[in-house]
Amino acid sequence: MAPGETASSVDVTGVAVPVREGLFTLDAPHRLLGSRCEVCGRHHFPCHDTCPYCGADDVAPVELSGTGRLWSWTAVTSAPPGYRGEVPYGFGVVELPEGIRVVARLTEPDPARLSAGQRMELVVVSVPVDDERQKAVTYAFAPGHDQ
Amino acid sequence: MSEVHVAGVGIHPFGRFEDRTITDMGVRAVREALAEADVAQGGFQAAFCATAYGGVASGHKVLSRLGMTGMPIVDVEAGCASGGAALMLGAGAIRAGAYDTVLVFGIEKMPKGMIRSSFFEPWQEESGLAATPAYFALRAQRLMQDSGVTKDDLAQVVVKNRRHGVHNPDAMFRSEVEAAAVLGSRLVCDPLHLWMLCTPNEGAAAVVLRRGGQHSTGAVRVTAAVLRSHLPGSVLNESTPMSGLADESVPAPSTLAATAAYEEAGIGPEDLDVVECQDTDAARELLSYEELGLCAPGGAARLAQEGATALGGRIPVNPSGGLLSKGEPLGASALGQVVTLVHQLRGDAGHNQVTGARVALAHTVGRGANASVVVLTR
Repeated sequence: MAPGETASSVDVTGVAVPVREGLFTLDAPHRLLGSRCEVCGRHHFPCHDTCPYCGADDVAPVELSGTGRLWSWTAVTSAPPGYRGEVPYGFGVVELPEGIRVVARLTEPDPARLSAGQRMELVVVSVPVDDERQKAVTYAFAPGHDQ
Repeated sequence: MSEVHVAGVGIHPFGRFEDRTITDMGVRAVREALAEADVAQGGFQAAFCATAYGGVASGHKVLSRLGMTGMPIVDVEAGCASGGAALMLGAGAIRAGAYDTVLVFGIEKMPKGMIRSSFFEPWQEESGLAATPAYFALRAQRLMQDSGVTKDDLAQVVVKNRRHGVHNPDAMFRSEVEAAAVLGSRLVCDPLHLWMLCTPNEGAAAVVLRRGGQHSTGAVRVTAAVLRSHLPGSVLNESTPMSGLADESVPAPSTLAATAAYEEAGIGPEDLDVVECQDTDAARELLSYEELGLCAPGGAARLAQEGATALGGRIPVNPSGGLLSKGEPLGASALGQVVTLVHQLRGDAGHNQVTGARVALAHTVGRGANASVVVLTR
């Protein structure tokens, strides 16, 4: 995605395979798959079968909100271990209405074009991997339109 | 309970040493510490060896070379706080009356480049989420938002620590740098430039602990040796979770460790004469000022701008040059801080001496999350 472009999804029709099952929905509108503790009510991502806050095992899977607000951000300029995609790419934390902050790639690789509190939308982006998964995809947040 | 005294310290310089194994470096630091403590074969009853990348039986390999085995030898891994963890175990065992003399040492030979950690899962690596410096950058960005820290403030931390490091013979980088050059070095993850990040490297450090009487004068005492882990909730704490709560009230692991250490030592941050803290990156040092209580939340930039944390200031931080000058051999780094602070308290720290230092604090924090705080007094 070009710098500055707003929320949109890459073409993930056909053979798209998530980097791991159970992280996000492949069909638009995309949602992260988290969990909500039935005992303490707090949300978590990714989905686990226990609550990382109170330890309860009464945890329900939930689809998290697809939009949130940017809380922190940077850009990665050289490929980290195990990553075969392009650099630079955006990297940040987005706060969702459920009261949680999620670490994610950002589609905007120029930190100067981002600001605290701006609206972000969940998208799905391609990432190259080194096995038979031809079209691996992962989740990311893209700058969205303020409403 | 018994007092715990430092009977001897030893160090192998931090840097890159192609011709030496991790065991070679450990042998040198251990021999130096044992010699200073006048401890020979059979003179200590337990050994704790801190290392994160050393592998199985790292401590045994060092002590086998010296014919000093037979006692319990325990390898300890707690990330950047490994040495603090080993010291906690050694000091605790003496306080509990289990041993009279304990050897604590840390050794490391870090892989080069951005460290590939088994900590991350394959999907995180493939997604580009295993970018360790990016997590540092996210913390730095928040510090800029919350505490008004500027990129120049970050550069000045590097200038200070590199200036201190010039006089440390055990440091990897011993030349001064200017702020413009720091900001001109390669941008790794905005706002962090290459020179704002410490270099993983190699080295070893050793400390001999001994049970001391209540009234022995002149000895450096381990007044507190505390290890803590993270509480759940903070998305940017060093446990590197993929999510956290929108809740600013969760205390950082360093704050947990510092609070417990101050209580154990019966002191407060205002009593400190000298501090060695975790400067994995320049922002991490400033954040540590706040987490250790050296200033109020939001006050880190001003404390640094006042010159309070430079040599000659009110509370010098990292007079050794910090990790930004020394580099960071994970297992050895916390004990390296202890070695340098023991010299500070003895008054033989040379050019980097903090005049009249009597109370010193050593702090590490890293993956786990693990945070250690050690208080030394004389």
